[in-house]
Amino acid sequence: MLTKRIIPCLDVKGGRTVKGINFINLRDAGDPVELAAAYAQQGADELVFLDISASEEERKTMHKWVRDVARQINIPYTVGGGINSVADVAALLEAGADKVSINTAAVERPALIEELANAFGSQCIVVAIDARKIHNTWTVHTHGGKRTTDKKLFTWAKEVQERGAGEILFTSMDHDGTQQGFAIDALQKLNMLLHIPVIASGGAGSPGHFLDVFVLGRADAALAASVFHFGTIKIPELKHFLHQKNIPVRL
Amino acid sequence: MKIALIKYNAGNIQSVAYALERLGADFVITEHPEEITKADKVIFPGVGQAHTTMQFLKDRKLDEVIRSLRQPVLGICLGMQLLCRYSEEGNTGCLGIFDETVKKFEADSQHKVPHMGWNQVEFMANGLGSFVQQPSFYFVHSYYIPVNSHTLARCEYILPFSAIMKKDNFLAVQFHPEKSAAAGEALLHYFLNSFNVRA
Repeated sequence: MLTKRIIPCLDVKGGRTVKGINFINLRDAGDPVELAAAYAQQGADELVFLDISASEEERKTMHKWVRDVARQINIPYTVGGGINSVADVAALLEAGADKVSINTAAVERPALIEELANAFGSQCIVVAIDARKIHNTWTVHTHGGKRTTDKKLFTWAKEVQERGAGEILFTSMDHDGTQQGFAIDALQKLNMLLHIPVIASGGAGSPGHFLDVFVLGRADAALAASVFHFGTIKIPELKHFLHQKNIPVRL
Repeated sequence: MKIALIKYNAGNIQSVAYALERLGADFVITEHPEEITKADKVIFPGVGQAHTTMQFLKDRKLDEVIRSLRQPVLGICLGMQLLCRYSEEGNTGCLGIFDETVKKFEADSQHKVPHMGWNQVEFMANGLGSFVQQPSFYFVHSYYIPVNSHTLARCEYILPFSAIMKKDNFLAVQFHPEKSAAAGEALLHYFLNSFNVRA
């Protein structure tokens, strides 16, 4: 049976992982490779790296750490952040990334999704969608959530799929950082609407939230950052909990 | 022992190369027929579209090279599918090592396509079941090969399909061993060290 995926998300800036990382026995918690290896060891099914470098200078490190991760890590990983073109993606895939994630660039120029799917295959193109409810309408945001767009979540998700995305990474900005659970209603609707996998993001705070996102939200995968980084939730324990609740997971 | 990793327009060559590096294998990434033919073992990776990939291989006469190989060969993902006779993807005539047709998954209300993620495989009675303890592997594919007489292990998604096949000196896997953690490494280790069939 196809298992539900558990995906830690790592922010990288200037080649270093940021945010509080609370792993035991790590020589260097700021090293993407070392952190990725620790997560792979714990049983993470995939990893997502988001490069939040602000300057061109910082971003120059991207290909190096992407390549270093590929050398060391034996599970799939996605790289996102500042990707704008076929050439950007070609370089990252060549460095060893399995998938890339695009967000703002897709909203600004939706044809980019087709260009990437045609050039590299849908399976490696993830479109990330950040959205929050405004006047009861799920509204897409760009630039790391800073800018509101006129796109609506469900029509945009459907368009993204039709244009050839292989997967959607949906983050509810209303739930992100709250640790109060995922956006179950929106996920339910997305998963009814789409025939490509959906990764749920935003709101993970307890193992029960993961159970809900898979059973009620019907998500294919769940992504979280701080609960894993701070060790609030440990991946092996989370997977055993889900397994006991009859959710198919890789143990 | 020298491994030839066939270089063509496949998307996962680098990942396979890194996996071989981690296993300490002696390998070369090459598109030269002579280098491929004289290698002790050959790996035929693959991520991409069947039709364009077959055309790419034919243009470089790599189709003839692969068909003629007598040493152990491992086909991965699209590499496995191209070893079959025909693929529904782009109505493509393939290499014909396995006399099988590659079919498209039909999505339904319970199943999305592509089949993406970790899934368990079940070894057939004739299989190489002992080489891996936890047979869970990472899959990404929209086309599949039905279970047939060459199937060593099957997987279930929408319907049962071939996860591992073997015929003579050809071993083929639908999943990505290079991305399947310890189980994937066990499979690559098996191919490198224990699969020694020559035709």
